[in-house]
Parts: sequence; structure tokens; C-alpha cells
Amino acid sequence: MGTREEIRPAGETAARYRAGVLKYAQMGYWVPDYEPRDTDVLALFRITPQDGVDPEEAAAAVAGESSTATWTVVWTDRLTACDMYRAKAYKVEPVPGTPGQFFAYIAYDLDLFEPGSIANLTASIIGNVFGFKPLKALRLEDMRLPVAYVKTFDGPPTGIVVERERLDKFGRPLLGATVKPKLGLSGKNYGRVVYEALRGGLDFTKDDENINSQPFMHWRDRFLFCMEAVNRAQAATGEVKGHYLNVTAATMEDMYERAEFARQLGSNIVMIDLVIGYTAIQSMSKWARRNDTILHLHRAGHSTYTRQKTHGVSFRVISKWMRLAGVDHIHAGTVVGKLEGDPNSVQGFYNVLREEHNSVDLQRGLYFEQDWGGLRKVMPVASGGIHAGQMHQLIHYLGEDVVLQFGGGTIGHPMGIAAGATANRVALEAMILARNEGRDLWNEGPQILADAARQCPPLKAALDTWGEITFNYASTDTPDFVPTPSVA
Amino acid sequence: MRLTQGAFSFLPDLSDAQIRAQIEYCLKSGWAVSVEHTDDPHPRNTYWEMYGMPMFDLKDAAGVMAEIDGCRKTFPEHYVKVNAFDSTHGWESLRLSFLVNRPKNEPEFFLQRTEAAGRNVRYATVRRDVRAR
Repeated sequence: MGTREEIRPAGETAARYRAGVLKYAQMGYWVPDYEPRDTDVLALFRITPQDGVDPEEAAAAVAGESSTATWTVVWTDRLTACDMYRAKAYKVEPVPGTPGQFFAYIAYDLDLFEPGSIANLTASIIGNVFGFKPLKALRLEDMRLPVAYVKTFDGPPTGIVVERERLDKFGRPLLGATVKPKLGLSGKNYGRVVYEALRGGLDFTKDDENINSQPFMHWRDRFLFCMEAVNRAQAATGEVKGHYLNVTAATMEDMYERAEFARQLGSNIVMIDLVIGYTAIQSMSKWARRNDTILHLHRAGHSTYTRQKTHGVSFRVISKWMRLAGVDHIHAGTVVGKLEGDPNSVQGFYNVLREEHNSVDLQRGLYFEQDWGGLRKVMPVASGGIHAGQMHQLIHYLGEDVVLQFGGGTIGHPMGIAAGATANRVALEAMILARNEGRDLWNEGPQILADAARQCPPLKAALDTWGEITFNYASTDTPDFVPTPSVA
Repeated sequence: MRLTQGAFSFLPDLSDAQIRAQIEYCLKSGWAVSVEHTDDPHPRNTYWEMYGMPMFDLKDAAGVMAEIDGCRKTFPEHYVKVNAFDSTHGWESLRLSFLVNRPKNEPEFFLQRTEAAGRNVRYATVRRDVRAR
């Protein structure tokens, strides 16, 4: 490869299988007239070919390396239905406004994948191909999972609707907070934060991603003190409460042991980190299903491969994989907080997690229609640098089926943790009440908060402390698209 | 103890005008509204008594308000809540639920602990007898 000469498929002839090296396009991985079938897995890659490599050949190479090809011709192909097993690059188009980058659409036959296995799906789609030399960079932008494949996954063990039924909380976002400082507290002090935040008005508190079993607090101590706090808060308010006990550990055996202890103590939810890997996530999903437990996933590590537009895997694809793998909660961005999140991209992630059916929505980065085949919905979690003063913006961007997590915004409150929790809960309820009354949250939000604060000193203190804090930085991960001109 | 179940329990008790606005929102959304009451507000008490069936065919907030009033007058010392059911495929559950009446003296719960092996504790949320206070 390397020159831009015309590509001619070699066809299924003896010449095609002569020993030696052919272009991937000539080996049958570039099929511009291919009509994707309803049962095909479709992938959209952003490819940045090396100088002089033509985009169709680069796309064919991606199709080849993510399915059946190797670098040279092998005669053993002829022992198989190789034409079916070859992934087919069927469309290549320049990325709007970014010279040197192309969108490559690739179709994969369903028989290439093991049913119900994210590990197998990803071993093909992102297994070898991202280090391929003829490409400067490669990004998996989106996937269409055919409903025939979706149906081989169990999906979320609980889902949004059943979670709400178990908690008996409807019509408003749920409220949470991550215990801070995330490292160093003893079990007894840690549980204090949980108790204060929950009795003050939060629904959930949460371990952070890197709280496992360290010298300052072993996991059993954490679980015991946290469950004392959860139950105390539940009795003090008459409301169902929970704490995400992080069961992330070195081995599956350790994770099962921790999850089992959480269950034995009566916890309604356990938590895992994305870094445990797809197979471990699917195992924990099955455990959660067997044990009536909500499964919270923290997306620890994702920014290493989701944030840069040219190389990696988009978080919308991770969202799709995690809905298949079966988690009930996943951190998916805040738009307004301290972490990366273009409003349109984040809404695209939320739609993937929460809708029964996604339509093509280029503005939000959804390139394919996706039918979720009755798979339950995942509750997105907004966490990281958000506070009560942004309540109207959060509801405007994220809607009501979301967990809003105010860690610093609860624990850092000048009047104490319970007051911080109350401030958030009052701000939330006042905003939902006003929204349902038909008021314009985007413009009237600050006034609605100020009015609610008149009867709630903790909310007033929160607004006085953080009201002006914003994180305005340019997003690195935004959809590239050309708005479709309207037909009229 | 102020029970904090329902969507708006951290706000001052809603006025009738505010309740009506929420009901109008539910009806406009195509949801069926129902009224339920209980004297047992334990957090795990899923099934409160139904004050009639969900009002599937009622499109007028005034009618719902009359039902709420009827329930509140019949059970002034019970908790009364309004639920809105969405029958859309993929949801088929409540979309909103909030309290519209509380007893004058709200009950309290205490946490009953039974010590078990190791550091384990078995917990039960138990109602404290109102009269005993």
C-alpha cells in the first residue's frame, strides 16, 4: 500500500489467492456497492491515513484487520465462506472541516461475533487495528448493534424504571454525593459523612473509584460503618437511602466476596469501576441480577481513550457497550461541571443510555439508528464540579432521569454536610415544581433558586458560596457534521 | 419527624393551587392520576390503600382535586399521595408521586439493631408508637 493507483478487486479467482501481498481493497474488504443488512454490525471509524495512503484502501485495511485479514494472502481462506466473514468497508467520506481525516463505514456479518460477549465484540472491533502502521490515528466513533445481537445480552439488571420503583422516588433526578476526601478517612469518619449527607436529603452517597481496601480503611470496615449510616438515615427520614459500596478488587473472587458481604448487610446497590474490564463487568451484572442489587459503574480510566477526537473510542460507543453488558448507573458527563463534556455530545450519550430507540442525530454524534430491543435503560450519573446554583442548567441539559452528584457541593457546605444536602434537595425540588408549572427554567432559574433560598438558609449559603463558579473551557470532543439542509 | 417521601417533601406543604398545577402537568402529559393513603408510611410499604381506581378517563384537574379533597376529608390523619401513571411502552410505571396530606403528629421510626456474628448488625426500621411519646 502507499500509492494512490486505482483499486480493482481481484475477485474470487486463482490469481486472488496467489501467494504474496495484495491491497486490502483488492482482497475484498472495500465493497462500495454493499447494502448493509439489518443483521450486520455496523461501525463508523474516523481514519487519519498516513501521507500517500488512499482513504478507501485505509478503510479496507481497517475492515480487514478487524475481521479476517492478515498482511498477506493465505490460501486457507478458500476453505471458508470467506466472502461472508470479510468485513466490508462500504462508504468513505471526508470529515467536514478537518482535512486528512475520513469517516469510514464498515459492515460486519453477525456470525463474526459470539452472542452476549462484549469481550469478543471488542476483541474484533478494536483488537488489533488501532496500532496499524498505515494509519496515523484511528477512532471508533459509533456502532449500530443489530437487534438480533442486542437480544443476546441481558442488559441492565435493574434499569431506570425498576430502580425508581425500588426506591419509591419518581419525577425528579436522584441526588448523590461522593464522600470526600476520597482517600484517608477511617471507616468511622467515612460513615459519618454518609450519615450526614443522607439524613440531610440525598438519596445516595458513593465511594470514589479508588476507594477499595487501603491501610487507612479496610473494605469490611467501610461496608459496616456505611451500612450503619444508611440505615440510621433511613430511619431518620422514612425514605429509602443507599450507599454505592465499591467492590472493585484485584480478582473476581475478591469482588464476589465483597459484593456478597454488601448483600448480607442489606445494601441495595454495589459499585464497580470500568477498569475491571468488560468480562468482569458482565460477571458482576449477572451477580447483581441474581441478588436484586443495583449496579453502579464509575467510568474510571475512560478519558485515556475517549477524549481526543482523532484516536480512541468515543464514549457513545462505550455507553452502548455498557448498556449491553448490563450496568444500571454510569457516569456520563455533566455539561456544566469540571470534566470534559460538550452539551451535544453528552446529550448523545444520555440518549444512548435512556431511549428505547435512537434515531440518527448527527448534531449529538449519533450516526446510526439503534433499536434497543426492549433492553432496560441505564441511569446516567452527572458528577464532578457541580453545585446547587446550576440546578436549572442541569435539568435543562440532562432531564430528570439522572443522578446528580454533588460531592464538594454537599460536603464543602459552610453550614455542614447535612445542610449542604438539604440545599441541593430544596434547589432540586423547587426547580422540578417550577418546571412542571410550565416556567422557563433557563431564564427564570436563578430567580426560582433565590425564591426557594428565602425559606431555606442552607440553600442561600450554598448560592452565596458557589453561585458564580463555572468551568468554561473549550471541549475537545465535539461531533463533526454538516447540518442537513431542510427540504423545504 | 417530617417524612421526606414524594417529590416535593423538602418544600413547604403545597397549596391547592400548586397541587392543581402539578395535576395539570400530569394530565397534559397523558398520565392517569390516582390517589392513595396510608397510616403506615414505612419506607418499604409499597402498597398504600387506593382511594378509588386511577382516573384513566378524567381529563379535568378539578375532578382530581375533588378526589383528593374527598380522601383528605375521609382520612385527615393519614398520609395522602398523588401518583401519575404513564402507560407508554418501556415505562409503564409512575412518572410522578408527591404527598398532599400529612397527619398532624407524624410518626417516627427508630433503628432496631440485632448484633450478629463478627461486627455484623441486622437492622430493622421500626415505627415508634406515636401515643407513647
